[in-house]
Amino acid sequence: MARAMILRLWPALLLGVALAASAAIEVRHFDDPALQRRYATLTHELRCPKCQNQSIAESDSPIAADMRDKVAERLEAGRSDAAIRDFLVRRFGEYVLYDPRLTTRTWLLWGLPAALVVLGALVVALIVRSRRRGANRALSADERARLDELTRREERS
Amino acid sequence: MRRRLLLLIPLALFAVLAVFLYRGLALDPSGRDSALIGHAFPAFDLATLDDPSVRHDAALFDGRVTLVNVWGAWCPTCREEMPQLLELARRGVHLVGVDYKDTRDKGRAFLDEFGDPFAVNLFDPDGDLGFDLGVYGAPESFLVDRDGVIRYHHTGYITPADVEQSILPQVEQWRAQ
Repeated sequence: MARAMILRLWPALLLGVALAASAAIEVRHFDDPALQRRYATLTHELRCPKCQNQSIAESDSPIAADMRDKVAERLEAGRSDAAIRDFLVRRFGEYVLYDPRLTTRTWLLWGLPAALVVLGALVVALIVRSRRRGANRALSADERARLDELTRREERS
Repeated sequence: MRRRLLLLIPLALFAVLAVFLYRGLALDPSGRDSALIGHAFPAFDLATLDDPSVRHDAALFDGRVTLVNVWGAWCPTCREEMPQLLELARRGVHLVGVDYKDTRDKGRAFLDEFGDPFAVNLFDPDGDLGFDLGVYGAPESFLVDRDGVIRYHHTGYITPADVEQSILPQVEQWRAQ
């Protein structure tokens, strides 16, 4: 019942959210389409320091608006993406990078997935090796006798 | 027996991960160190709130340990923080205010109403100094040593307990250096 209602209201809800978002965040136009693309990419990979988990492109907090202004200013002034990221990191810390750089503080973050893949491969290799060895192993005298006994019993019945 | 012990490895890994994640639950995501600790206070050239013709730059911090407080009349928490700042001033801490993204009238009215603990108030209507300080919400406070280097950062409201437990000890520590 409630679900049907939500489904029916869904388009209206979506429209409401879209309107709210467009009301809060300004539309910025660059004459150069390349700058426009870099602006979109940069603002989506920079994290709003005030918010829990939003990029500065998505957040309507005042600090995110200030950061968008600075990014746009710097793009127009011909700064590189790396220089713009540096400019913000110097003020707000590595926190603002959604794509953290490889440094002494972040090597664990970057290294752990690779280390886990290597570890997994090692475990698989060990298992395969021990299975193969187990399959090729000859039966001991006791095992041979027991197997003979079992097959004989099977044949009799 | 040794093979049995090997079976415990996933359980041990799980336990380590669980402890790690459990500790993560208790962390405050808004509590992180300022990127400016250990760096010189950013360059600025701003008029004071009282007098548009009086300007200051970073030489303002030469020679004495200063607590810089970023505030605004629009910021409700700043009001609650004022008694603690007045207490710090009473106990001899040199305070410089940065009136952040405010108008002169509102800023002055705020100080008239809640008291003025600041030796100097810098007027930063566009938030440029605030931005260079990495301020993302007022109030924020920065302790600057006598060489103009930022040594300590307090995000948000300074509670009466913070005055005794963190701000005053930090001031003493950097005065002794």
